[in-house]
Amino acid sequence: MRPELELISEWIRPGARVLDLGCGDGALLAYLREHRQVSGYGLEIDNANMLRCIQAGVNVIHADLEAGLADFGDGSFDYVIMTQTLQAVRQTEALLDEMLRVGRQGIVTFPNFGFWRCRAQIALQGLMPVVKTLPYQWYDTPNIHLFTLRDFEQLCRRKRIDILQRTVLDHAHRPRLGPRLWPNLLGEIALYRLARA
Amino acid sequence: MPPTLPPDSVGLVIPQIAHFDEPLALDCGRTLANYEIVYETYGTLNADRSNAVLICHALSGDHHVAGYHDEDDPGKPGWWDNCIGPGKPIDTREFFVVCCNNLGGCKGSTGPTAINPENRKPYGPDFPIVTVKDWVRSQARLADRLGIQQWAAVIGGSLGGMQAMQWAITFPDRVRHSLVIAAAPRLSAQNIAFNEVARQAILSDPDFHHGHYYEFGVVPRRGLMLARMLGHITYLSDEGMRAKFGRELREGKMNFNFNFDTEFQVESYLRHQGHAFVDRFDANTYLLITKTLDYFDPAVDFDEDLSAAFHRTQAHFLVIAFTSDWRFAPTRSREIVRALVRAGREVSYAEIPSEHGHDTFLMPIPLYHEVLRSYLIRVAREVNAHAA
Repeated sequence: MRPELELISEWIRPGARVLDLGCGDGALLAYLREHRQVSGYGLEIDNANMLRCIQAGVNVIHADLEAGLADFGDGSFDYVIMTQTLQAVRQTEALLDEMLRVGRQGIVTFPNFGFWRCRAQIALQGLMPVVKTLPYQWYDTPNIHLFTLRDFEQLCRRKRIDILQRTVLDHAHRPRLGPRLWPNLLGEIALYRLARA
Repeated sequence: MPPTLPPDSVGLVIPQIAHFDEPLALDCGRTLANYEIVYETYGTLNADRSNAVLICHALSGDHHVAGYHDEDDPGKPGWWDNCIGPGKPIDTREFFVVCCNNLGGCKGSTGPTAINPENRKPYGPDFPIVTVKDWVRSQARLADRLGIQQWAAVIGGSLGGMQAMQWAITFPDRVRHSLVIAAAPRLSAQNIAFNEVARQAILSDPDFHHGHYYEFGVVPRRGLMLARMLGHITYLSDEGMRAKFGRELREGKMNFNFNFDTEFQVESYLRHQGHAFVDRFDANTYLLITKTLDYFDPAVDFDEDLSAAFHRTQAHFLVIAFTSDWRFAPTRSREIVRALVRAGREVSYAEIPSEHGHDTFLMPIPLYHEVLRSYLIRVAREVNAHAA
């Protein structure tokens, strides 16, 4: 997780206002507060995570992302961030819209289903892929929307969302040569910075 | 400590009285020339006086928030004893806890039952209406008296949460953390309607005598009891009542009597609550505090914009709501959170699943107490970092 925090942090303007959707234990917000002097809030539905945020002094708002972001005004944050969450929500498209309504920019990270091992497991073994970034079995996975880099970029084009920046990593969050040359085939984790066109 | 008192209790406490001769100008335009405030404290104020926590009470509460008054007959402890004490969420090993009976109360602070120095008779209905802001100002004077320049935290549930909010607005530099539990930014028409029925119950009692019942040696028992019974319905939830009472009959069968004795358990519960309340609470104070609730609206000084009211605040906020609370529902707490977020203030919000309605704020629900404990561990950490 650490390298991903650092990469996201590099994209964030110091002193910005940040909303972190599905903020987990608040590690990203705590990191951004320390290294980028951001202010902001995390939204989290899980009680144990909420308690960890509270104890760490990270602002956490108990909320269900599926219900949208109606409590937040248009453009009220510089960045709305969603790390490893987009593939686990039901209202994927609606949440992307909400993200770019509330935030001037959006940052999303997700596991790439187009990674060659995923393709190989389906094509050669006929089984749903189980890889480091998608470690679950088909029957117990929280990831209900699986998609590739190309899928995501197609959606962005269709929705007139600008991709401002993209970084593709391996499963250990390293920006290697392979993922840089053939992102959709060799990349395991994708980071995007987005804005409404 | 005698063996009868539990080890995680603050133990025996003795209420103290602070007398103030400096006149207090009230929001209603009148002035209290002098007044007394009764309060209790638990724990020890640290050397730099930075570990003080103020607990604000709700409608029927008072200064006795934790511990016991009588060693030989401990009876019931203070009203939030499950939350305050050594090792409890509001940990008295870390914090110096203060709670006072608010002005207008009937438990020792100056209120309608006190003697009016102008005519040597109880104030009764002549006691001025006090507001949440008045309370906060009077509590600030108590803080001055105790040598507390800044509270580590101000904490309250329901009407107490409104005081915690008002503290952060009125004295931005005197509150580091404001914990607002089961509150609302102001009352809804429905809330005011319930208060109005409660008031009418008291006002229409023949023993009320326009509020001067002390002189007649009576109290408007029936009216106050009805008011309390109505209040209790709003403190519980439909599902909570179903779980607690169902439709259980006290004698196991319906009697089809026209005398309306209590047949269902819930009737007996409400009557018991009403009766017990009459013996410990003053009707004029009840009337006064329902008006205090109705008038509370911190946004009114800021063009009805609650987030503007929060602009000057410096405190960090923790807002807590309970799912089955319909008196001050989670949507009301989220209004507070939304306004704080818009104002760019530091705020966390926890919505606690509970079937016990508004009353949950007094109950030791594990997740609720875990949230308080986690938050206050952090507050204590800040206190200790500064003191070190």
